[in-house]
Amino acid sequence: MTERTTDELIGALRRGLAPVRPLPRPVFRAALWLGLVTAIISAALLRWANPAIIAARTAEPRLALECAAALLTGITAVVAAFYLSLPDHTRLWRYAPLPPLLLWIATSGLGCLQYGAGLGPAGDRLGESRHCFMFIVLISAPLSVLLYGVLRRARPLEPLPVALSAALGVAALAAFVLQFFHPFDTTVVDLSAHLAAVAVVVALAGLSRRALA
Amino acid sequence: MASETQSQLQEAAWARLMGAAQQGDANCYEQLLHGITPFIRSLTRRYCRNPQLAEDVVQDVLLTVHRIRHTWDPRRPFSPWLASIAARRGIDRIRRDSRIARHEVSDELALETFAVPATNNESGALRAVEAIEPLLAALPERQRRALEAIKIRGLSLAQAASESGQSVGAVKVNVHRAVKALRALVGTEHKTEDQ
Repeated sequence: MTERTTDELIGALRRGLAPVRPLPRPVFRAALWLGLVTAIISAALLRWANPAIIAARTAEPRLALECAAALLTGITAVVAAFYLSLPDHTRLWRYAPLPPLLLWIATSGLGCLQYGAGLGPAGDRLGESRHCFMFIVLISAPLSVLLYGVLRRARPLEPLPVALSAALGVAALAAFVLQFFHPFDTTVVDLSAHLAAVAVVVALAGLSRRALA
Repeated sequence: MASETQSQLQEAAWARLMGAAQQGDANCYEQLLHGITPFIRSLTRRYCRNPQLAEDVVQDVLLTVHRIRHTWDPRRPFSPWLASIAARRGIDRIRRDSRIARHEVSDELALETFAVPATNNESGALRAVEAIEPLLAALPERQRRALEAIKIRGLSLAQAASESGQSVGAVKVNVHRAVKALRALVGTEHKTEDQ
């Protein structure tokens, strides 16, 4: 029940008014965040990645496409999260990461088929897959904290789609970085581990969505 | 054509006022909030037919506008931003109401029995009320009625005020005084028991 009148509330809000600085455009904020993450990732790749692996992976069109799709999924999901955090932008942004995500899954799946056909059952990769899983989850955690810190400035009215999109973005970026430390083609078990890691990150983000509100 | 021009003028005025409010101009802010309230009210009636609940949503929207006023981009139109907040809050209200309806059993008879303690012999609430009845009887009439309405029957201040013919402020004051007097009475009883 309303205990104070709307006029009284307006009076209270008037008294509580402080100047605010409007948030910059979402695309600009997303670009800043992605720029910062690019700098961190580039430094990490220069320090720890094997250039020979990078050269080999980018030389093959399918692998290059898989990397590009993961990167594009990450970028579109992060940009979408910034747009979804604001009340007056279309909710269609929640579907923006789906095309690159499907391309990423399709190219990874194609790799599984090719690799699996050449080497038979991929059960021997189970140990490596565990590392892939941990890599994605552990890289996603600090990136998520960094992204949440920026997104929560908008105090989203609907935190769930923002959290899910942000988590998909950081998990996809982590999976992209993983490609440079992945000395072998993706097996079915690998792909499952990658997708499971992305799902875990997205699920955790869904559970922690209140941190955005 | 005329109404289109009018809405364009209104949009321009609101955008100007909101821009000033973001810079801390309290007069413009108050003018804006008064200006947008009927607009919000008309939107929230779509989600909530009960006028009292609709007014709750209106206040919720105003509070949200205040909380996230930094998210309005002065380069974008103001009305869609506001309408989106109103829609969001209206949907929240529908969800909250349906959640409450799912988990709560509405039994008017039960409410009646709680409201009239003498008919509710099995209830613990009644025993509590009965225990303090002699103390309540010692209170002045206006204080006793205000306390019963708010603390025992769970009415809102507005409902208690309208029922008793007092102002909301008077009900508040009477409840406060009644609680203070009860504390004093309970303290006196304890002291008497100790002796």
